[in-house]
Amino acid sequence: MNDSKIPAWVNIIVLPLINILFAFAFSAIIFIAVDVNPIEAAKTMISGALGYQEGIGYTFYYATNFIFTGLAVAVAFSAGLFNIGGEGQAYIGGLGVGLVCLGLDHTLPFWAILPITMFASMAFGALWAFIPAYLQAYRGSHIVITTIMFNFIASSLMVYLMVNVLNQKGQMAPVSRLFEPSAVLPGFHEIVGWFGLSFSESPMNLSFLIALVCCVLVWLLLWRTRWGYAIRAMGSSPSAAEYGGINRKRLIIIVMLISGALSGLLSLNEVQGYGQQLKLGFVAGYGFTGIAVCLIGRNHPFGIILASVLFGILYQGGAELSFDFPNIDREMIQVVQALVVLFSGALSLMLVKPTERLFVYLDAKKKSKTQLAAEA
Amino acid sequence: MYESIILILDATLRVSAPLILAALAGLFSERSGIVNIALEGKILASAFAAAATASMTGSVTLGLLAAMGTSVLLAMLHGFACITHRGDQIVSGVAINMLAAGLTVTLGRYWFGLGGQTPPLSQGERFTSITLPGADAIADVPVIGLLYSELISGHNILVYLSILIVPVCWWIIFKTRFGLRLRAAGENPHAVDTAGISVAWLRYRALICAGILTGIAGAYLSTAHSAGFVPNMSAGKGYIALAALIFGKWKPVPVLWGCLLFGFLDAMAIRLQGAELPFIGEIPVQAIEILPYVLTVLLLAGFIGRAVGPKSIGVPYVKSR
Repeated sequence: MNDSKIPAWVNIIVLPLINILFAFAFSAIIFIAVDVNPIEAAKTMISGALGYQEGIGYTFYYATNFIFTGLAVAVAFSAGLFNIGGEGQAYIGGLGVGLVCLGLDHTLPFWAILPITMFASMAFGALWAFIPAYLQAYRGSHIVITTIMFNFIASSLMVYLMVNVLNQKGQMAPVSRLFEPSAVLPGFHEIVGWFGLSFSESPMNLSFLIALVCCVLVWLLLWRTRWGYAIRAMGSSPSAAEYGGINRKRLIIIVMLISGALSGLLSLNEVQGYGQQLKLGFVAGYGFTGIAVCLIGRNHPFGIILASVLFGILYQGGAELSFDFPNIDREMIQVVQALVVLFSGALSLMLVKPTERLFVYLDAKKKSKTQLAAEA
Repeated sequence: MYESIILILDATLRVSAPLILAALAGLFSERSGIVNIALEGKILASAFAAAATASMTGSVTLGLLAAMGTSVLLAMLHGFACITHRGDQIVSGVAINMLAAGLTVTLGRYWFGLGGQTPPLSQGERFTSITLPGADAIADVPVIGLLYSELISGHNILVYLSILIVPVCWWIIFKTRFGLRLRAAGENPHAVDTAGISVAWLRYRALICAGILTGIAGAYLSTAHSAGFVPNMSAGKGYIALAALIFGKWKPVPVLWGCLLFGFLDAMAIRLQGAELPFIGEIPVQAIEILPYVLTVLLLAGFIGRAVGPKSIGVPYVKSR
C-alpha cells in the first residue's frame, strides 16, 4: 500500500500486534465465561510451556509442525493461492515416510534412510498438491474447493490403507508396526548429548532443525531468486505478472508443488520422530493451524518462526491447562486459534481506517502547531 | 429386493435432508457473491445450540429457534468480516469453522460436564417421525403400500421441510425482485450499486437467509436425526453440501438432485459395509465415501459438464470513489 498514510512500522508491527491482542482479549472473555481466571490460566500455560525443559521440548515439537505447515501456506499465499489442503498433503506425506521406514529400516542405517524419507515426504506431499494445482492452472477449478475435497479423499484413502493393508497381521488396531530404532529421528536430547550437553527427554527432534533450514530456504526462494520474484509478482497482480512475461500456469504448479512438499515434511516430525509408526489422524489439524501461523507471521519465514513458537506455547500450555482446570481442555486452544485467524486474518483491515484517521489527525495537529509557531 | 431399494431410498432422504438445507444456504450466500466454506461450522454450532436449548428448556421449538439464532449470528460475523471490513472470505470461513469446533465442546463440557456431549434428549425434546394419514391402512397393499408407508410417510417434519423449501428457494431467487438483485450482486455488483441498491445490505440479507437454513440443518442433526449433540457431529456435512452446491451448478433443483445423489451414496456406503457384490466382490466403504468429492473435482475440472460459479464470487465489493 503505497498511498497509505500510516508509517510502515505501524503497518508491519503495531497493527498486527493489536489484532492479536484483540484475539487474546476475546479469548479472555470466553475463559471468564467458563469460570476460569484468564490471568491464572495464562500463568499456567506459560509455565507449562516454558517453565521446564520437557515443557520447552514439547513446545518446540509442536512449533516444528507449525513451521512446516505455516511455510506451506505462506509460499502459496505469496503467489495469491490459498492452499487449504495442507492437512491432506501432510497426511499423504506421512504415508511416504511410513512406507520408506517400513521397507528399509531393517537394511539401511539412519544416515542413509533420512534423505530417502525426506524425499518421500516431500514427493508424496507435492504429489497430493499437484492434482489441484494442475486443475487450477489448466482447467480453472478453484483451488480452495479442490484442496478441501482432496483433504477428505486423503483421509478416506489412509483409513482404507491403515485398516486393510498397512496394519499388523492378525491385529485389529489400524496402526503399522513400530519402526526399528535405527530409522527414527534422533531426539533433541540425544543431539545435544553428542555435544556433551544435557536436556530432558521430549518429543522435540532433529526435524526442528530441518524446519529452521526450510525457513532460510523459503526466505531465499521468495526474496532472492527470480522464481521468488515471479511468485510475488503473481501474488500482487496476476494480470501484470502475465503481461510481464511470467508463465502463470507453470508457476501455479511449481508453487503448489513446493507448498505440498513443505506440508509433507511435517510427517518427518510426526511419523518418523514422534509416532515412530504409521497411524490414523496424526495430522490432527496442524494443517489448518498453519493458516493461522501464516497470517500472524505475515507471510514471512521469520514471522512464521515466531508465530509457530507462540502456537507451540498455546498447544503445550493448553495441554497443561487441562490438568489444573477441570472446566477446559485442548479444545479451548482451538477457540483461541479461531479468534486469532478471525482478527489477524479476516478482520485484519478493520483497524486500518481508524489508524489512518488517527495519523491524519495527528499530522494536521502538528502542521497547525508549526503554523501557529511561525505566525508568532 | 424391492423392499431393500425402498429402505435405501428411505435412508437417502434422511441423510440428504441436512445436506439440502445447507446447500441451499450456500446457494443464497454464494449467489450474492460470498464464498461460504463456513457452512460446516454453522451446522455444528447450531446443532449444539439446538440440543443444548432443547435439553435445558425441554422444548424442541426453542431449540430450533436457538439453532437458527446461533447460525445467523455466525453468518453476521462472517458478513462483518468480509462485507463490512472486506476481509478474505475463505479466511473468515476457516475462522468460523474453528470457532464452532472449539466453542461447542468447551461450552458443552462446562454446561453439561459430559465431555462435550449434551444429555440424551427425550421424546418431547426431539422432532419425532410423523405418520401420514392412511399409512398404516395401506401398508399391506403390494408395491404402493410399502412405497407410501416406508418412503413417503414416517419422517420427521424437518425432512418434509427440506424438500418443500427447494421450490420456495427457487421462487425467491429466480422470481422475486430480491432474488434478481441478489443474483446481480454475485455477478456484477457495480451494476447493482449503480441502480442505487446497497450491495452490502443485499449480501447481509443473503447471509441471514443462509444462516436460517443452516440453523435448521444443524437442528436436524442433533434433535431429529439423533437425540443429542456429540462433538464434531457435522463430520464434513458442510463440505459435502458445498460440493453438492457446485455439483448442482448453483441452481436449486439440480442442487437438490446433487444432495440426494450424495445422500444416496452415503446410504449405500452404510448398507454395503462388508457385503459381497456379484462379479465385483467387496467394495471398500471408503471408495463410496470419497465419491462425492471425486465427482465434484471431476465436475469442477470440466471432465463431466462444467461448473461455473457466480462471476464476482469471493471478491469484496469496493464502491468506487
